[in-house]
Amino acid sequence: MGALNIIVTVKQVPDTHNISGDAMKEDGTVNRAMLPTIFNPEDLNALEEALKVKDQLGGKITVITMGPPKAIEVLKDALYRGADEAVLISDRKFAGADTLATSYSLKCAIEKIGRYDIIFCGRQAIDGDTAQVGPQIAEKLKINQITNIIRVEEVTNNSITLRRQTEYGQEIVKSGFPVLITVTAEANEPRFPSVKRVMMFKNITKKEVEESYDETYLKTPEDRTKKYITEWSADSIGADSIKIGLAGSPTKVKHIEKVVLTANSKNMQDIPNTEAGIGALIDELKNEHIFG
Amino acid sequence: MNAPILVFIEHNNQKVADVSLELVSEATRLAKKLNCEVHGVVLSHNAAEELSPLGHYGCQKLYYIKDKRLNHFSSVPFSKLVSHIIKKYKPQIVLFGATTTGRDIAPRVASELCCGLTADCTKLEIGSHSIKEQTFENTLLQIRPAFGGNIVATIVSPESNPSMATVREGVMKQNTPDTNQKTEIISEPCNLSDSDFLSEILDVIREEKTVDLKQARIIVASGMGACTPECIFLIKQLAKTLGGEVGASRPVVDAGLLNKDHQVGQTGITVRPNLYIACGISGQIQHMAGMSEAKRIIAINNDPDAPIFKIANYGIVGDVKDVIPKMIKAYRG
Repeated sequence: MGALNIIVTVKQVPDTHNISGDAMKEDGTVNRAMLPTIFNPEDLNALEEALKVKDQLGGKITVITMGPPKAIEVLKDALYRGADEAVLISDRKFAGADTLATSYSLKCAIEKIGRYDIIFCGRQAIDGDTAQVGPQIAEKLKINQITNIIRVEEVTNNSITLRRQTEYGQEIVKSGFPVLITVTAEANEPRFPSVKRVMMFKNITKKEVEESYDETYLKTPEDRTKKYITEWSADSIGADSIKIGLAGSPTKVKHIEKVVLTANSKNMQDIPNTEAGIGALIDELKNEHIFG
Repeated sequence: MNAPILVFIEHNNQKVADVSLELVSEATRLAKKLNCEVHGVVLSHNAAEELSPLGHYGCQKLYYIKDKRLNHFSSVPFSKLVSHIIKKYKPQIVLFGATTTGRDIAPRVASELCCGLTADCTKLEIGSHSIKEQTFENTLLQIRPAFGGNIVATIVSPESNPSMATVREGVMKQNTPDTNQKTEIISEPCNLSDSDFLSEILDVIREEKTVDLKQARIIVASGMGACTPECIFLIKQLAKTLGGEVGASRPVVDAGLLNKDHQVGQTGITVRPNLYIACGISGQIQHMAGMSEAKRIIAINNDPDAPIFKIANYGIVGDVKDVIPKMIKAYRG
């Protein structure tokens, strides 16, 4: 068996720390233009595991993302960290996809990439926290999956042994190839981008990605993104138009509400930070049998 | 009779998982509105007596697939078998716990059946939904936090059947068991070939939970403002004095001061104690999602503007190191 072919699925996600209901569109999907974006954290852990496998056994790492043209940023970041090839699948027709439509689109692209032994995915993305796309890609490719990985115990040219975390403890699981693996944040500390690789690809870094979809086909011959980042449309991966985007998404957002937590009680009682104040509080709770 | 609601039953250590009892209970509430039955599906190599409580909670029929190869969880066989049961019995709703197992197989099942799946629901309702000219009555409204807990989304999937959801552990209330109610166990074949068993389980390491916050009546929880060994010591002392358990917000767990079993919140455990004492917890939405239903909340924080005070019944502005000893002293009288 030759060197391993590894695919890593990544996603550019809104940084979910400062989000308001304003960022949601009428149809309930996300207005990503309004939000700062980052490399989905657990996808970095997935990439790191791929890089570790490559460090040990050699092979080729292809990162793939589905998203708007701007999502090329996470692919570049992955190249800086050591990925060999990057694929962006981008098309207006993908817009509004739920996990089923997303996994179908990624499956089509992965089949176009062709050979793969291991697919590493982050366990979940911080915008939806669903953890569904990985397993759904595995099902669509009809391959094995091992989820919630906290460590790669051993990898050889034809199998991988993993430690997964469950509610009841840990399991050591071995699988042959091909296999899809979802990686948690506990698995590793992702390496930083290498300065050398950033220098190598710095022309790409400085390249502004145009807003308009059509202009993202990068035309200049010296443009290095052309060499390293492949862009595919829905047609070029042979995706069935009724299985992608909003049309291919059985789940619909009916309603979105900004979370406003309301007080349990009419008014909060201010307790002075004194022995008397706290003593009175404890007495009150004792009298009401709150302590049991 | 309308198509049933199917619950994927998890069990471990000869016991049905709490989340499965919660889901059966919730399913009975939905079933009343839908005028349908509640069924379960269980995969096992030897489950028997431990399944009878399912009846007490309202599971009317239990599809039981028994095979010695099912002694350990494995994605492909489990999801194939559940898909098979769904195809055979055509439930209108399928519920899974949002556990490691549920979150592993539910997406595979939904993918195989090409139906919608909503992850980590915290609330389920029955309602109607209109798409263009068409109105779907009696559809499952799947309510879940999204965007790091900043929004709550209601998701529907009326055009695909069944509606599927994973539901967070601890959020649905268990029915009072009625031992007169029985479940009818229906044996189902295990139509799998050995080539479906693609994962080899080399070892299983059981870890006993260090704390069971779900059962705790009193929780004293540590947050970023009490994220030092000294504060943790005081918090443990207060918990011990009150006969409670120690909880934590995520930064404290991330800092390694308490393990993940102690974590309350959206990525941790949902709790409903009689009393929750939030020590140095600012009140990030992700944390409050896991404790806002406590009967009483005492918030201790240096910052009088901390959001935690908005949901607290009692607020003490002050340093945890200073307040806790006073509480211990007052309690001991």
